[in-house]
Amino acid sequence: MSGSGQESTHRTIERVARESYGRLVAYLSSHTRDVASAEDALSNALVAALTTWPRDGVPQNPEAWLLTAARHSLIDLVRHQRVATASEPTLLLLGEELKEVTVSADFPDERLKLLFVCAHPAIDPAMHTPLMLQTVLGLDAARIAYAFLVSPTTMGQRLVRAKTKIRDGGIQFEVPQAHELPQRLDAVLEAIYAAFGIGWDDMAGVDQRGRDLAEEAIWLARVLLHLMPGEAEVRGLLALMLHCEARRSARRGPDGRYVPLSEQDCQQWSLPLIEEAERCLAEASSRGRTGRFQLEAAIQSVHAERARSGRTEWVAIMLFYEQLIRISPTLGTRTGYAAAVGEASGAEAGLAVLDGIDLDAASAYQPYWAARAHLLQRLAKTSEAVDAFDRAIGLAEDPAVRQFLLQRRG
Amino acid sequence: MQFALLIYESPEAFATRNNDGTDAYTGAWRAYYKALVEAGIYVGGDPLEVPETGTTVRLKEGKRRVQDGPFADTKEQLGGFTILELPSLDAALDWAARCPAASAGAVEVRPLAPATKLRITG
Repeated sequence: MSGSGQESTHRTIERVARESYGRLVAYLSSHTRDVASAEDALSNALVAALTTWPRDGVPQNPEAWLLTAARHSLIDLVRHQRVATASEPTLLLLGEELKEVTVSADFPDERLKLLFVCAHPAIDPAMHTPLMLQTVLGLDAARIAYAFLVSPTTMGQRLVRAKTKIRDGGIQFEVPQAHELPQRLDAVLEAIYAAFGIGWDDMAGVDQRGRDLAEEAIWLARVLLHLMPGEAEVRGLLALMLHCEARRSARRGPDGRYVPLSEQDCQQWSLPLIEEAERCLAEASSRGRTGRFQLEAAIQSVHAERARSGRTEWVAIMLFYEQLIRISPTLGTRTGYAAAVGEASGAEAGLAVLDGIDLDAASAYQPYWAARAHLLQRLAKTSEAVDAFDRAIGLAEDPAVRQFLLQRRG
Repeated sequence: MQFALLIYESPEAFATRNNDGTDAYTGAWRAYYKALVEAGIYVGGDPLEVPETGTTVRLKEGKRRVQDGPFADTKEQLGGFTILELPSLDAALDWAARCPAASAGAVEVRPLAPATKLRITG
Protein backbone atom coordinates (compact mmCIF):
# COMPACT_ATOMS: atom_id res chain seq x y z
CA MET A 1 0.00 0.00 0.00
CA SER A 2 1.27 3.50 -0.75
CA GLY A 3 2.48 5.84 1.99
CA SER A 4 -0.52 8.10 1.79
CA GLY A 5 -2.83 5.11 1.72
CA GLN A 6 -1.25 3.87 4.91
CA GLU A 7 -1.61 7.28 6.43
CA SER A 8 -5.30 7.34 5.64
CA THR A 9 -5.68 3.82 7.07
CA HIS A 10 -4.04 5.03 10.27
CA ARG A 11 -6.40 7.98 10.33
CA THR A 12 -9.34 5.61 9.89
CA ILE A 13 -8.11 3.50 12.80
CA GLU A 14 -7.74 6.61 14.92
CA ARG A 15 -11.22 7.78 14.01
CA VAL A 16 -12.84 4.39 14.62
CA ALA A 17 -10.92 4.05 17.88
CA ARG A 18 -12.15 7.42 19.01
CA GLU A 19 -15.76 6.98 17.97
CA SER A 20 -16.13 3.36 19.01
CA TYR A 21 -13.86 3.08 22.02
CA GLY A 22 -16.50 3.72 24.66
CA ARG A 23 -19.15 1.65 22.91
CA LEU A 24 -16.82 -1.33 22.63
CA VAL A 25 -15.48 -1.12 26.19
CA ALA A 26 -19.00 -0.67 27.54
CA TYR A 27 -20.33 -3.62 25.60
CA LEU A 28 -17.38 -5.92 26.37
CA SER A 29 -17.44 -5.15 30.08
CA SER A 30 -21.18 -5.06 30.61
CA HIS A 31 -21.31 -8.85 31.02
CA THR A 32 -18.13 -9.41 32.98
CA ARG A 33 -17.97 -6.04 34.84
CA ASP A 34 -14.26 -6.29 34.11
CA VAL A 35 -13.50 -2.89 32.59
CA ALA A 36 -9.72 -3.29 32.76
CA SER A 37 -9.78 -6.56 30.78
CA ALA A 38 -12.17 -5.08 28.25
CA GLU A 39 -9.76 -2.18 27.73
CA ASP A 40 -6.80 -4.52 27.39
CA ALA A 41 -8.71 -6.64 24.88
CA LEU A 42 -9.68 -3.59 22.86
CA SER A 43 -6.15 -2.27 22.86
CA ASN A 44 -4.95 -5.66 21.57
CA ALA A 45 -7.59 -5.44 18.85
CA LEU A 46 -6.40 -1.95 17.91
CA VAL A 47 -2.82 -3.17 17.68
CA ALA A 48 -4.02 -6.00 15.43
CA ALA A 49 -5.88 -3.46 13.29
CA LEU A 50 -2.70 -1.43 12.90
CA THR A 51 -0.94 -4.41 11.36
CA THR A 52 -3.84 -5.96 9.43
CA TRP A 53 -5.75 -3.04 7.97
CA PRO A 54 -2.88 -1.35 6.12
CA ARG A 55 -2.13 -4.75 4.54
CA ASP A 56 -5.61 -6.08 3.80
CA GLY A 57 -7.55 -2.86 3.62
CA VAL A 58 -10.04 -1.37 6.06
CA PRO A 59 -12.87 -3.85 6.72
CA GLN A 60 -16.37 -2.94 5.65
CA ASN A 61 -17.55 -2.68 9.22
CA PRO A 62 -14.50 -1.62 11.22
CA GLU A 63 -16.36 -1.56 14.52
CA ALA A 64 -17.58 -5.14 14.15
CA TRP A 65 -14.06 -6.20 13.17
CA LEU A 66 -12.64 -4.60 16.32
CA LEU A 67 -15.36 -6.21 18.41
CA THR A 68 -14.58 -9.67 17.05
CA ALA A 69 -10.85 -9.24 17.61
CA ALA A 70 -11.39 -7.79 21.08
CA ARG A 71 -13.78 -10.55 22.00
CA HIS A 72 -11.22 -13.25 21.10
CA SER A 73 -8.55 -11.41 23.01
CA LEU A 74 -10.89 -11.00 25.97
CA ILE A 75 -11.60 -14.71 26.11
CA ASP A 76 -7.87 -15.42 26.11
CA LEU A 77 -7.18 -12.77 28.73
CA VAL A 78 -9.92 -13.84 31.09
CA ARG A 79 -9.02 -17.51 30.69
CA HIS A 80 -5.40 -16.80 31.57
CA GLN A 81 -6.36 -14.71 34.54
CA ARG A 82 -8.79 -17.21 35.93
CA VAL A 83 -7.10 -20.50 35.10
CA ALA A 84 -4.96 -20.27 38.20
CA THR A 85 -7.81 -19.59 40.56
CA ALA A 86 -10.96 -20.84 38.94
CA SER A 87 -12.46 -24.29 38.91
CA GLU A 88 -13.76 -26.00 35.79
CA PRO A 89 -17.41 -24.98 36.38
CA THR A 90 -16.37 -21.35 36.63
CA LEU A 91 -14.58 -21.60 33.33
CA LEU A 92 -17.64 -23.14 31.74
CA LEU A 93 -19.79 -20.38 33.12
CA LEU A 94 -17.32 -17.86 31.80
CA GLY A 95 -17.57 -19.37 28.35
CA GLU A 96 -21.35 -18.92 28.52
CA GLU A 97 -20.97 -15.35 29.73
CA LEU A 98 -18.80 -14.41 26.82
CA LYS A 99 -20.97 -16.16 24.28
CA GLU A 100 -23.52 -13.54 25.10
CA VAL A 101 -21.11 -10.98 23.70
CA THR A 102 -22.43 -11.31 20.22
CA VAL A 103 -20.79 -9.85 17.21
CA SER A 104 -23.06 -7.97 14.92
CA ALA A 105 -22.98 -4.57 13.34
CA ASP A 106 -25.67 -3.28 15.65
CA PHE A 107 -24.62 -4.45 19.08
CA PRO A 108 -26.35 -2.53 21.88
CA ASP A 109 -24.90 0.74 23.10
CA GLU A 110 -24.09 0.16 26.76
CA ARG A 111 -22.24 3.42 27.29
CA LEU A 112 -25.00 4.82 29.46
CA LYS A 113 -24.54 1.95 31.92
CA LEU A 114 -20.81 2.49 31.83
CA LEU A 115 -21.24 6.20 32.58
CA PHE A 116 -23.39 5.34 35.59
CA VAL A 117 -20.82 2.78 36.74
CA CYS A 118 -18.04 5.39 36.51
CA ALA A 119 -20.03 7.81 38.68
CA HIS A 120 -21.31 5.16 41.07
CA PRO A 121 -21.66 6.28 44.70
CA ALA A 122 -19.36 3.42 45.78
CA ILE A 123 -16.51 4.92 43.73
CA ASP A 124 -14.46 7.79 45.15
CA PRO A 125 -16.04 10.95 43.65
CA ALA A 126 -12.57 12.24 42.77
CA MET A 127 -12.23 9.28 40.41
CA HIS A 128 -15.54 9.68 38.56
CA THR A 129 -14.15 11.98 35.89
CA PRO A 130 -10.82 10.17 35.38
CA LEU A 131 -12.70 6.87 34.99
CA MET A 132 -15.03 8.33 32.37
CA LEU A 133 -12.18 9.90 30.45
CA GLN A 134 -10.40 6.59 30.35
CA THR A 135 -13.16 4.04 29.85
CA VAL A 136 -15.54 5.99 27.62
CA LEU A 137 -13.07 8.15 25.71
CA GLY A 138 -9.94 6.03 25.86
CA LEU A 139 -7.61 8.71 27.25
CA ASP A 140 -4.45 7.24 28.74
CA ALA A 141 -3.58 7.57 32.43
CA ALA A 142 -0.64 9.88 31.76
CA ARG A 143 -2.78 12.42 29.97
CA ILE A 144 -5.48 12.27 32.65
CA ALA A 145 -2.81 12.66 35.34
CA TYR A 146 -1.48 15.70 33.53
CA ALA A 147 -4.88 17.36 33.55
CA PHE A 148 -5.60 16.47 37.16
CA LEU A 149 -2.18 17.50 38.39
CA VAL A 150 -1.20 14.21 39.96
CA SER A 151 1.71 11.99 39.02
CA PRO A 152 1.03 9.51 36.18
CA THR A 153 1.93 6.54 38.42
CA THR A 154 -0.50 7.68 41.08
CA MET A 155 -3.29 8.23 38.56
CA GLY A 156 -2.59 4.82 37.03
CA GLN A 157 -2.83 3.13 40.44
CA ARG A 158 -6.03 4.94 41.32
CA LEU A 159 -7.64 3.94 38.04
CA VAL A 160 -6.65 0.32 38.56
CA ARG A 161 -8.06 0.38 42.09
CA ALA A 162 -11.34 1.87 40.90
CA LYS A 163 -11.70 -0.74 38.16
CA THR A 164 -10.97 -3.54 40.60
CA LYS A 165 -13.75 -2.17 42.76
CA ILE A 166 -16.12 -2.15 39.78
CA ARG A 167 -15.26 -5.76 39.01
CA ASP A 168 -15.21 -7.16 42.54
CA GLY A 169 -17.40 -4.76 44.45
CA GLY A 170 -20.74 -5.87 43.06
CA ILE A 171 -21.38 -2.66 41.11
CA GLN A 172 -24.04 -3.47 38.55
CA PHE A 173 -24.00 -2.36 34.93
CA GLU A 174 -27.46 -0.89 34.85
CA VAL A 175 -29.34 2.32 34.39
CA PRO A 176 -30.60 3.33 37.85
CA GLN A 177 -34.27 2.98 38.77
CA ALA A 178 -36.48 6.04 38.50
CA HIS A 179 -36.39 6.80 42.23
CA GLU A 180 -32.61 7.07 42.37
CA LEU A 181 -32.10 8.38 38.87
CA PRO A 182 -31.95 12.14 39.62
CA GLN A 183 -29.18 11.74 42.17
CA ARG A 184 -27.24 9.23 40.12
CA LEU A 185 -27.58 11.29 36.96
CA ASP A 186 -26.34 14.30 38.86
CA ALA A 187 -23.10 12.47 39.66
CA VAL A 188 -22.64 11.68 35.94
CA LEU A 189 -23.27 15.31 34.96
CA GLU A 190 -20.93 16.58 37.68
CA ALA A 191 -18.17 14.33 36.41
CA ILE A 192 -18.58 15.55 32.84
CA TYR A 193 -18.67 19.15 33.98
CA ALA A 194 -15.53 18.61 36.05
CA ALA A 195 -13.69 17.54 32.90
CA PHE A 196 -14.91 20.69 31.18
CA GLY A 197 -13.86 22.82 34.14
CA ILE A 198 -10.34 21.47 34.04
CA GLY A 199 -10.15 22.12 30.31
CA TRP A 200 -11.54 25.59 30.85
CA ASP A 201 -9.09 26.57 33.60
CA ASP A 202 -6.13 25.23 31.69
CA MET A 203 -6.77 27.03 28.44
CA ALA A 204 -3.88 29.33 29.15
CA GLY A 205 -1.35 26.61 28.55
CA VAL A 206 0.92 26.72 25.56
CA ASP A 207 -0.08 23.16 24.77
CA GLN A 208 -3.59 22.20 23.82
CA ARG A 209 -4.40 19.90 26.72
CA GLY A 210 -7.00 22.26 28.18
CA ARG A 211 -8.84 22.78 24.97
CA ASP A 212 -8.92 19.06 24.31
CA LEU A 213 -10.44 18.22 27.65
CA ALA A 214 -13.22 20.80 27.23
CA GLU A 215 -14.00 19.32 23.84
CA GLU A 216 -14.00 15.81 25.28
CA ALA A 217 -16.50 16.92 27.92
CA ILE A 218 -18.82 18.37 25.27
CA TRP A 219 -18.51 15.13 23.32
CA LEU A 220 -19.46 13.16 26.47
CA ALA A 221 -22.48 15.38 27.04
CA ARG A 222 -23.58 14.83 23.44
CA VAL A 223 -23.26 11.07 23.91
CA LEU A 224 -25.29 11.30 27.10
CA LEU A 225 -27.95 13.43 25.40
CA HIS A 226 -28.18 10.90 22.61
CA LEU A 227 -28.73 8.17 25.22
CA MET A 228 -31.09 10.15 27.48
CA PRO A 229 -32.89 12.62 25.22
CA GLY A 230 -35.66 13.12 27.79
CA GLU A 231 -33.53 14.49 30.62
CA ALA A 232 -33.69 18.28 30.86
CA GLU A 233 -30.54 18.58 32.95
CA VAL A 234 -28.44 16.84 30.29
CA ARG A 235 -29.52 19.55 27.86
CA GLY A 236 -28.84 22.12 30.55
CA LEU A 237 -25.27 20.90 30.97
CA LEU A 238 -24.66 20.86 27.24
CA ALA A 239 -26.10 24.39 26.91
CA LEU A 240 -23.86 25.62 29.73
CA MET A 241 -20.71 24.18 28.20
CA LEU A 242 -21.56 25.42 24.71
CA HIS A 243 -22.12 28.96 25.99
CA CYS A 244 -18.70 28.93 27.66
CA GLU A 245 -17.06 27.31 24.66
CA ALA A 246 -18.52 30.03 22.42
CA ARG A 247 -16.37 32.62 24.23
CA ARG A 248 -13.14 30.71 24.16
CA SER A 249 -11.20 32.85 21.72
CA ALA A 250 -12.44 36.08 23.33
CA ARG A 251 -10.88 35.19 26.66
CA ARG A 252 -7.42 36.21 25.55
CA GLY A 253 -6.16 39.36 23.87
CA PRO A 254 -3.91 39.07 20.82
CA ASP A 255 -0.92 39.40 23.16
CA GLY A 256 -2.13 36.52 25.31
CA ARG A 257 -3.45 38.82 28.02
CA TYR A 258 -6.47 37.73 30.08
CA VAL A 259 -9.74 39.46 29.17
CA PRO A 260 -12.54 39.25 31.77
CA LEU A 261 -16.03 38.40 30.52
CA SER A 262 -17.36 41.94 30.97
CA GLU A 263 -14.62 43.32 28.71
CA GLN A 264 -14.75 40.65 26.03
CA ASP A 265 -15.44 41.69 22.46
CA CYS A 266 -18.71 39.88 21.65
CA GLN A 267 -17.83 39.98 17.97
CA GLN A 268 -15.38 37.22 18.79
CA TRP A 269 -17.99 34.98 20.36
CA SER A 270 -19.08 32.03 18.25
CA LEU A 271 -22.63 32.65 17.10
CA PRO A 272 -23.35 29.07 15.96
CA LEU A 273 -22.34 27.73 19.39
CA ILE A 274 -24.46 30.35 21.17
CA GLU A 275 -27.43 29.47 18.98
CA GLU A 276 -26.99 25.76 19.67
CA ALA A 277 -26.73 26.48 23.39
CA GLU A 278 -29.94 28.53 23.25
CA ARG A 279 -31.79 25.74 21.44
CA CYS A 280 -30.60 23.21 24.04
CA LEU A 281 -31.70 25.44 26.88
CA ALA A 282 -35.09 26.16 25.32
CA GLU A 283 -35.74 22.44 24.82
CA ALA A 284 -34.65 21.78 28.40
CA SER A 285 -36.96 24.38 29.91
CA SER A 286 -39.89 23.19 27.80
CA ARG A 287 -39.66 19.99 29.82
CA GLY A 288 -40.56 21.94 32.91
CA ARG A 289 -38.02 20.63 35.38
CA THR A 290 -35.47 23.20 36.44
CA GLY A 291 -32.11 22.08 37.71
CA ARG A 292 -28.69 23.33 38.58
CA PHE A 293 -27.20 23.07 35.10
CA GLN A 294 -30.15 24.75 33.40
CA LEU A 295 -29.85 27.66 35.84
CA GLU A 296 -26.13 27.96 35.22
CA ALA A 297 -26.78 27.85 31.50
CA ALA A 298 -29.47 30.52 31.92
CA ILE A 299 -26.91 32.77 33.62
CA GLN A 300 -24.54 32.28 30.70
CA SER A 301 -27.42 32.94 28.33
CA VAL A 302 -27.99 36.36 29.93
CA HIS A 303 -24.29 37.12 29.43
CA ALA A 304 -24.55 36.01 25.79
CA GLU A 305 -27.46 38.42 25.32
CA ARG A 306 -24.94 41.28 25.47
CA ALA A 307 -23.94 40.38 21.90
CA ARG A 308 -27.40 41.55 20.80
CA SER A 309 -28.36 44.23 23.32
CA GLY A 310 -24.95 45.66 24.14
CA ARG A 311 -25.63 45.47 27.89
CA THR A 312 -25.69 42.89 30.67
CA GLU A 313 -28.89 42.36 32.65
CA TRP A 314 -27.28 41.89 36.06
CA VAL A 315 -30.62 41.79 37.86
CA ALA A 316 -31.64 38.76 35.81
CA ILE A 317 -28.31 37.10 36.57
CA MET A 318 -28.74 37.83 40.27
CA LEU A 319 -32.21 36.26 40.27
CA PHE A 320 -30.96 33.11 38.56
CA TYR A 321 -28.19 32.88 41.16
CA GLU A 322 -30.77 33.15 43.93
CA GLN A 323 -32.54 30.10 42.54
CA LEU A 324 -29.25 28.34 42.03
CA ILE A 325 -28.16 28.88 45.63
CA ARG A 326 -31.33 27.16 46.80
CA ILE A 327 -30.42 24.03 44.83
CA SER A 328 -26.65 24.14 45.04
CA PRO A 329 -25.20 26.42 47.73
CA THR A 330 -21.57 25.79 46.78
CA LEU A 331 -18.71 28.18 47.35
CA GLY A 332 -18.61 28.87 43.62
CA THR A 333 -22.31 29.67 43.40
CA ARG A 334 -22.20 31.97 46.40
CA THR A 335 -19.16 33.80 45.06
CA GLY A 336 -20.87 34.21 41.68
CA TYR A 337 -23.98 35.48 43.43
CA ALA A 338 -21.94 38.04 45.36
CA ALA A 339 -20.38 39.31 42.14
CA ALA A 340 -23.83 39.58 40.51
CA VAL A 341 -25.24 41.42 43.53
CA GLY A 342 -22.24 43.72 43.36
CA GLU A 343 -23.20 44.66 39.80
CA ALA A 344 -26.97 44.75 40.29
CA SER A 345 -27.24 46.38 43.73
CA GLY A 346 -23.88 47.98 44.36
CA ALA A 347 -20.49 46.96 45.69
CA GLU A 348 -21.52 47.36 49.34
CA ALA A 349 -24.31 44.79 48.94
CA GLY A 350 -22.01 42.41 47.04
CA LEU A 351 -19.42 42.62 49.78
CA ALA A 352 -22.08 41.84 52.39
CA VAL A 353 -22.84 38.60 50.53
CA LEU A 354 -19.15 37.68 50.53
CA ASP A 355 -18.94 38.46 54.25
CA GLY A 356 -21.60 35.81 54.80
CA ILE A 357 -19.30 33.09 53.44
CA ASP A 358 -17.28 31.10 55.97
CA LEU A 359 -13.71 32.33 55.71
CA ASP A 360 -12.18 28.93 56.45
CA ALA A 361 -13.93 27.45 53.46
CA ALA A 362 -12.88 30.33 51.21
CA SER A 363 -9.29 30.68 52.37
CA ALA A 364 -7.80 28.87 49.35
CA TYR A 365 -10.60 29.64 46.88
CA GLN A 366 -9.17 32.04 44.31
CA PRO A 367 -12.42 33.43 42.82
CA TYR A 368 -13.60 34.51 46.27
CA TRP A 369 -10.51 36.69 46.74
CA ALA A 370 -10.67 38.06 43.21
CA ALA A 371 -14.34 39.04 43.67
CA ARG A 372 -13.59 40.54 47.06
CA ALA A 373 -10.66 42.53 45.69
CA HIS A 374 -12.75 44.06 42.90
CA LEU A 375 -15.61 45.00 45.22
CA LEU A 376 -13.25 46.56 47.78
CA GLN A 377 -11.52 48.49 45.04
CA ARG A 378 -14.83 49.87 43.80
CA LEU A 379 -15.54 51.02 47.36
CA ALA A 380 -12.11 52.71 47.40
CA LYS A 381 -11.03 50.64 50.39
CA THR A 382 -7.54 50.61 48.99
CA SER A 383 -5.47 48.79 51.58
CA GLU A 384 -8.07 46.04 52.12
CA ALA A 385 -8.36 45.71 48.35
CA VAL A 386 -4.60 45.27 47.99
CA ASP A 387 -4.67 42.51 50.61
CA ALA A 388 -7.47 40.70 48.81
CA PHE A 389 -5.72 41.14 45.45
CA ASP A 390 -2.60 39.60 46.94
CA ARG A 391 -4.53 36.57 48.12
CA ALA A 392 -6.14 36.20 44.69
CA ILE A 393 -2.78 36.58 42.93
CA GLY A 394 -1.10 34.13 45.28
CA LEU A 395 -3.79 31.53 44.61
CA ALA A 396 -3.90 32.03 40.83
CA GLU A 397 -2.45 29.28 38.70
CA ASP A 398 -2.84 30.89 35.29
CA PRO A 399 0.01 33.37 34.69
CA ALA A 400 -2.26 35.56 32.52
CA VAL A 401 -4.82 35.86 35.32
CA ARG A 402 -2.00 36.61 37.76
CA GLN A 403 -0.72 39.35 35.46
CA PHE A 404 -4.22 40.80 35.07
CA LEU A 405 -4.76 40.94 38.83
CA LEU A 406 -1.32 42.44 39.45
CA GLN A 407 -2.21 45.26 37.05
CA ARG A 408 -5.63 45.81 38.61
CA ARG A 409 -4.13 45.91 42.07
CA GLY A 410 -1.87 48.78 41.00
CA MET B 1 3.59 15.67 56.38
CA GLN B 2 6.14 18.13 55.12
CA PHE B 3 7.04 18.78 51.51
CA ALA B 4 9.82 20.85 50.00
CA LEU B 5 9.05 22.80 46.86
CA LEU B 6 12.36 23.09 45.04
CA ILE B 7 12.17 26.14 42.87
CA TYR B 8 13.96 25.98 39.53
CA GLU B 9 14.26 29.32 37.81
CA SER B 10 15.24 30.53 34.38
CA PRO B 11 17.98 33.15 33.85
CA GLU B 12 15.17 35.68 33.20
CA ALA B 13 13.63 34.94 36.58
CA PHE B 14 17.01 35.25 38.32
CA ALA B 15 17.53 38.56 36.52
CA THR B 16 14.44 40.06 38.20
CA ARG B 17 16.41 40.07 41.44
CA ASN B 18 18.34 43.10 40.22
CA ASN B 19 15.13 45.12 39.93
CA ASP B 20 13.61 47.28 42.61
CA GLY B 21 11.03 44.62 43.47
CA THR B 22 8.15 46.15 41.54
CA ASP B 23 8.26 43.64 38.67
CA ALA B 24 5.40 41.20 38.13
CA TYR B 25 7.40 38.10 39.05
CA THR B 26 8.43 39.43 42.43
CA GLY B 27 4.91 40.74 42.99
CA ALA B 28 3.52 37.30 42.28
CA TRP B 29 5.98 35.78 44.74
CA ARG B 30 4.95 38.25 47.43
CA ALA B 31 1.30 37.31 46.87
CA TYR B 32 2.10 33.60 46.80
CA TYR B 33 3.98 33.83 50.09
CA LYS B 34 1.04 35.63 51.64
CA ALA B 35 -1.36 32.93 50.40
CA LEU B 36 0.84 30.18 51.91
CA VAL B 37 1.00 31.93 55.27
CA GLU B 38 -2.73 32.69 55.31
CA ALA B 39 -3.50 29.06 54.48
CA GLY B 40 -1.47 28.04 57.52
CA ILE B 41 0.79 25.65 55.63
CA TYR B 42 4.03 27.63 55.44
CA VAL B 43 6.87 26.05 57.43
CA GLY B 44 9.90 27.84 56.05
CA GLY B 45 12.14 28.36 53.10
CA ASP B 46 14.60 30.74 51.51
CA PRO B 47 15.73 31.93 48.16
CA LEU B 48 19.28 31.04 47.18
CA GLU B 49 21.81 33.42 45.69
CA VAL B 50 22.18 33.23 41.90
CA PRO B 51 23.74 30.01 40.49
CA GLU B 52 27.01 31.71 39.54
CA THR B 53 27.72 32.21 43.24
CA GLY B 54 27.64 28.46 43.79
CA THR B 55 30.68 26.32 44.34
CA THR B 56 30.48 22.58 43.97
CA VAL B 57 32.67 20.29 46.01
CA ARG B 58 33.37 16.63 45.33
CA LEU B 59 35.89 14.20 46.70
CA LYS B 60 37.38 11.94 44.06
CA GLU B 61 39.99 9.40 45.05
CA GLY B 62 40.53 11.30 48.25
CA LYS B 63 41.17 14.56 46.45
CA ARG B 64 39.04 17.62 46.66
CA ARG B 65 37.56 18.71 43.38
CA VAL B 66 36.13 22.16 43.57
CA GLN B 67 34.18 23.57 40.68
CA ASP B 68 32.96 27.08 40.16
CA GLY B 69 29.22 27.31 39.73
CA PRO B 70 26.32 24.98 40.31
CA PHE B 71 26.32 21.18 40.27
CA ALA B 72 24.30 20.76 37.09
CA ASP B 73 24.80 22.85 34.00
CA THR B 74 21.22 23.36 32.86
CA LYS B 75 19.16 26.36 31.80
CA GLU B 76 16.96 26.24 34.88
CA GLN B 77 18.74 26.35 38.19
CA LEU B 78 17.74 25.80 41.79
CA GLY B 79 16.72 29.23 43.01
CA GLY B 80 15.27 28.49 46.41
CA PHE B 81 13.05 26.23 48.40
CA THR B 82 9.86 26.41 50.40
CA ILE B 83 8.77 23.91 53.02
CA LEU B 84 5.06 23.33 53.49
CA GLU B 85 3.01 21.29 55.94
CA LEU B 86 0.28 19.53 53.98
CA PRO B 87 -1.85 16.42 54.26
CA SER B 88 -0.96 14.87 50.91
CA LEU B 89 1.07 15.00 47.73
CA ASP B 90 -2.08 16.05 45.86
CA ALA B 91 -2.34 19.15 48.03
CA ALA B 92 1.38 19.85 47.58
CA LEU B 93 1.03 19.64 43.79
CA ASP B 94 -1.88 22.08 43.91
CA TRP B 95 0.26 24.59 45.77
CA ALA B 96 3.23 23.97 43.49
CA ALA B 97 1.05 24.79 40.47
CA ARG B 98 0.19 28.16 41.99
CA CYS B 99 3.86 28.99 42.56
CA PRO B 100 4.98 31.80 40.22
CA ALA B 101 8.03 29.72 39.25
CA ALA B 102 5.78 26.91 37.93
CA SER B 103 4.98 28.88 34.79
CA ALA B 104 8.37 30.61 34.51
CA GLY B 105 10.56 27.62 35.37
CA ALA B 106 9.74 24.45 37.25
CA VAL B 107 8.85 23.40 40.77
CA GLU B 108 9.89 20.01 42.07
CA VAL B 109 7.89 18.64 44.97
CA ARG B 110 9.75 16.35 47.36
CA PRO B 111 8.65 14.99 50.69
CA LEU B 112 11.04 15.76 53.52
CA ALA B 113 12.69 12.66 54.95
CA PRO B 114 12.24 12.83 58.74
CA ALA B 115 13.44 9.23 59.32
CA THR B 116 16.72 9.96 57.56
CA LYS B 117 17.02 13.18 59.50
CA LEU B 118 16.55 11.28 62.77
CA ARG B 119 19.34 8.88 61.82
CA ILE B 120 21.64 11.84 61.41
CA THR B 121 20.58 14.13 64.20
CA GLY B 122 19.76 11.37 66.67
